[in-house]
Amino acid sequence: MNTSSPTAAKLDRREAVAQLLAGRGDALLITGLGSTTWDAAAAGDQAENFYVWGGMGGAAMIGLGLALAQPGRRVLVITGDGEMLMGLGAFATIAVQRPKNLAVVVIDNEVYGETGMQYTHTRFGVDLAGVAAAAGFESARTVYTQSDLDILSMALFDAPGPLFADVKVSTERHETVLPPRDGTYLKHRFRAALLGDAENGALAGRKS
Amino acid sequence: MAKGAARGETSQWPEAIFDVLCGAGVTQVAYVPDAGHARLIDLCHADSTMHSVVLTTEEEGVALLAGAWLGGARGVLLMQSSGVGNCINMLSVVAECRFPLLAIVTMRGEWGEFNPWQVPMGQGVAQALGNAGVIVHHVDDAGDVAATVAAASELAFNAFRAVAVSISQRIIGTKVWR
Repeated sequence: MNTSSPTAAKLDRREAVAQLLAGRGDALLITGLGSTTWDAAAAGDQAENFYVWGGMGGAAMIGLGLALAQPGRRVLVITGDGEMLMGLGAFATIAVQRPKNLAVVVIDNEVYGETGMQYTHTRFGVDLAGVAAAAGFESARTVYTQSDLDILSMALFDAPGPLFADVKVSTERHETVLPPRDGTYLKHRFRAALLGDAENGALAGRKS
Repeated sequence: MAKGAARGETSQWPEAIFDVLCGAGVTQVAYVPDAGHARLIDLCHADSTMHSVVLTTEEEGVALLAGAWLGGARGVLLMQSSGVGNCINMLSVVAECRFPLLAIVTMRGEWGEFNPWQVPMGQGVAQALGNAGVIVHHVDDAGDVAATVAAASELAFNAFRAVAVSISQRIIGTKVWR
């Protein structure tokens, strides 16, 4: 099977994530386990970031639950290709719900970075944007170049969702920047920032 | 809970669960269909204030409801016993973060089961959930369903615990194969 990418990815993951998050405003962020969590932490830790340190395959679905609960807020999920591949069904489930406020970005280096740089399926040509488009996402694209990334940066927090972008990045590794990792703390911190009360919060998310 | 109790007929246990869910403020209903949940799923879809979310696999629902709670919303996960095994690693997120989880599991592989392939997972439900940190309330009398779901809901949302109510095949009725 062909293992060569359409174009050798040149984008740097940490710069790409920093650029995407620079325009986040009051958006809520979910990150998947591994490098995307370090990337987001490097861009700046804040209470409206919820880092999923485990539960591989669950980041996009956590984003969906949050997006349905908070229809007035933009919800951004940033995760890796390996994490997304473990939960491909989420594309179908999200597409059926059609949340206008949800964006899912995969930082795709085509390898499992935390476990020894083994190739993921995207390295062999599996097209995650194609999967998202076929499932019925409002928009889906693959980002290869800086100008593609600039266009995504403009659309990411405004364009109607569900929006999907697969950002091809190089396999270069960076310093591991560790955000807080206690899950209960992260949950309380997030809810306190969003709802004003970590334990109770206001009941949110009624459809009408 | 009072509304649930008002549905006097035991055959109306799905309606009674629906009333309990409404009373508990549940707005996200995640499910992989099961014949035992068919009536409840219809009721949820008919309620325009609820997001009824059909899943491709049950673990998606565990993650969805974690996100719901982050956003201030309450949800419920409806599944058949065979779906419990699909949830196991995602339940580690619930345990680590102490997310509330309310799950209602309709049983297969126990009372009067015909299909032997349902038995291994069905018989493993209570132990698998227990090992994953989920409190299990089992019900095998239709008259106890509403009160049990109400109690599980309190434990989940007020005591921040993962709770599953398993509903016996004795209540649902065994699948007819003729």
